[in-house]
Amino acid sequence: MKVLMFGWEFPPHISGGLGTACYGLTKGMAYHNIEVVFVVPKAWGDEDQRAVRIVSAEQQTINVKDRSFIDHWSMLTYIEVSSSLVPYMSPEEFLRLTDVSRHDYLDLKESIIAENFSFSGTYGPDLFKEVARYALVAAKIARDHQHDVIHSHDWLTFPAGIAAKMVSGKPLFVHVHATEFDRSGEHVNQQVYEIERQGMLQADRVIAVSNRTRSVIIEKYGIDPDKVVTLHNAVAMGITHRERYESPLSEKIVTFLGRVTFQKGPEYFIEAAKKVLDVDRNVRFVMAGSGDMWQRMVELVAKLRIGEKFHFAGFLTGPEVKRMFDISSVYVMPSVSEPFGISPLEAMQNNVPVIISRQSGVSEVLDHAVKVDFWDIDAMADAIYALLHYKGISNMFAKMGYEEVEQLKWDNVAYKLMGIYKSIAK
Amino acid sequence: MRKICFYFQVHQPYRLRTYRFFDIGKKHDYFDDYANKKIMLKVAEKCYLPANRMLLELIHKYEGKFKICFSISGTLLDQLEAYHPEVLKSFQQLAATGCVEFLAETYSHSLSALRSEGEFEQQVQLHHDKIKSLFGYEPEIFRNTELIYSDLIGHRVYNMGYKGMLTEGAKHVLGWKSPNYLYYNVLEPKLKLLLKNFRLSDDIAFRFSQKSWNEWPLTTEKYVGWLNQIGEQDEIVNLFMDYETFGEHQWADTGIFNFMRALPDRILKHSNFEFVTPSEAIEKLQPIAGMSAPSPISWADEERDLTAWLGNDLQDDAFNALYSMKQMMDDCKDAQLQKDWLYLQTSDNFYYMCTKFFSDGDVHMYFNHYPTPYEAYINYMNVISDFRIRLTHSSLLAKPAILKKEKAPAKKARKKTSTP
Repeated sequence: MKVLMFGWEFPPHISGGLGTACYGLTKGMAYHNIEVVFVVPKAWGDEDQRAVRIVSAEQQTINVKDRSFIDHWSMLTYIEVSSSLVPYMSPEEFLRLTDVSRHDYLDLKESIIAENFSFSGTYGPDLFKEVARYALVAAKIARDHQHDVIHSHDWLTFPAGIAAKMVSGKPLFVHVHATEFDRSGEHVNQQVYEIERQGMLQADRVIAVSNRTRSVIIEKYGIDPDKVVTLHNAVAMGITHRERYESPLSEKIVTFLGRVTFQKGPEYFIEAAKKVLDVDRNVRFVMAGSGDMWQRMVELVAKLRIGEKFHFAGFLTGPEVKRMFDISSVYVMPSVSEPFGISPLEAMQNNVPVIISRQSGVSEVLDHAVKVDFWDIDAMADAIYALLHYKGISNMFAKMGYEEVEQLKWDNVAYKLMGIYKSIAK
Repeated sequence: MRKICFYFQVHQPYRLRTYRFFDIGKKHDYFDDYANKKIMLKVAEKCYLPANRMLLELIHKYEGKFKICFSISGTLLDQLEAYHPEVLKSFQQLAATGCVEFLAETYSHSLSALRSEGEFEQQVQLHHDKIKSLFGYEPEIFRNTELIYSDLIGHRVYNMGYKGMLTEGAKHVLGWKSPNYLYYNVLEPKLKLLLKNFRLSDDIAFRFSQKSWNEWPLTTEKYVGWLNQIGEQDEIVNLFMDYETFGEHQWADTGIFNFMRALPDRILKHSNFEFVTPSEAIEKLQPIAGMSAPSPISWADEERDLTAWLGNDLQDDAFNALYSMKQMMDDCKDAQLQKDWLYLQTSDNFYYMCTKFFSDGDVHMYFNHYPTPYEAYINYMNVISDFRIRLTHSSLLAKPAILKKEKAPAKKARKKTSTP
């Protein structure tokens, strides 16, 4: 079986959980001898190429005289205007549009998709243009690379998956790691929502990273429940033999690690920190990450007068994240809305007890984690205090959590995914 | 003769390096030696050396008729000793002319007057001793950081033995009164007050090179013309400004040096003003009235208040965290900790955390090396965290004495509770 997979980011250049998940999944698939052509918008030159063959969209030989290529472009530039056009386009229309020359707009030097695109703000027309460009190149790749199934990760790659399906006629699987409702609360971007919905409608199967996300897909996107399956994420094997970083600090450390955005609930972490510090000064809190709520969070910490015990570590790179886990006694993920949330699993791999919000998908698969509602700062503070002071529970969580997370392997996820593929592709 | 009194503030802080969370408990070097030295050398070349040279020439030229006064912060003096002794020497040359007065201030250009009486007094004494050792001179007049003044601070300063104090002629405090007289502290009339004439001072310090200003370009003729227009009864014009005005805030090519070089001649020949130092002014003039400032004023921004350094949450949290260690510091004998403690108090650290971007933002950004006040706050708090760890550790080493002290009252307390 050969899978044509469209992604958005790939380690080491990742901004969130999607890249980590794609990486783990493709590795797991390689384990089961599934061939994957993984397409990312831009190859950085230093990806781990062991598990998959990376095709950079930019590296695609773009020959302007290649008529079919221009045809795809002209078709897909059209979706800049209406996001619903491609899914409804018939093969006849497809052919008819080959005569329309729209390739004048094609700037080959432009990056395929803006590199540092942030999920927090509003989307400009350029992003949609890039999404369309990506879809264009996807169609060409689909033509040039034989495959049995198509797999798209999140809305940015849905048009690419649809375009590929139109070219090859192979079944399409769209994988939903986050919906527009997770990113923007109730104030969804209608264009994004529509691209998501069309992707789900055109797909043969919609794969959700949690039951929670599956419900959103069914309820808010109106997708047939029979078509939507849950496939929980896993976590990549940690490096077992490495030197632990010793904390120079006498206080125990409680950590928040993630984008400082509405979705991640950073203010609840700060409010809980204040409650803990009111009774116990012998603890430090760290917020690592950046995001559009960062300044407000710094102000909140200052306002609560806890700045000496609450530190902002900024965005951490891979080795720094490990170091952070090494010195953490508790890891908190107070997400307001989290389709899955891999980072607690990474904390558990490092023997750090975790507190996660009930509003996270990962809470569906974990037993050895404290689960609280994101808004319940009293419960959160309670749990932090307990994990800091009551060795019985913290030792148990560290040990059992580690064992639990060891069972969450990408190999197993890939195996389940094969079953999902096989239910459609014959 | 009416008086004119020039006072220049000379100060540079010890800027902090980027101090990250992972440094806490591990690294104890807080200051950016490279940047501090680089800035010091730059300002010395652009301002201190040429301006000192110019003033020395003027003093010699007018044979005692041209006088000035400096307040040099301890943090600057320390940096001069470390990075540029030549500048220090040129200040000493100026001191030797007898036409230059040196003022007392807090050693680290701190806001201690607003928080800790004990710390304030210690720092003033430290600075006093430093000036004495470097310039062979006992300051008699006091100037607080950023001209911060209140009735209580003035009273405290008098009790420390100073005869006079410099502050801002803030409109909201003076009301209809003119800053061009000698005033006294309302709680302690023996403490005389010299008030900055902010219009004439800022004409030089801020507006000199502003091409959008309708008086630009400023000539000595025009400036002395304004001096002559001042009410006939007015007795003194106090021109207080940062020394870095010359060559640094106003670059040499604006003509600021030429202006200053020509100004004494114009004043001495075409006006009835004479130059005095602050202590001469206090001796020669009679105070006209008391000036009351129940809450602190300063020379900063439109509001002439403290909001450049204190008042927002970032600043207040940092300020509280710093001074919550005062008591422990009093018992601290570690020289390095004492030094860091001083430098961490420098008001600039709080200035960097100011969020008043809109009205006075330009001036604020000029002096700020942090991208935003948030980075300034985070960096400072990380340093404070490490400092407290070191301080706690050092006080634990001196633990036996503390334990003994604590044990005794504990026993007493127990006895008391046991007796019905």
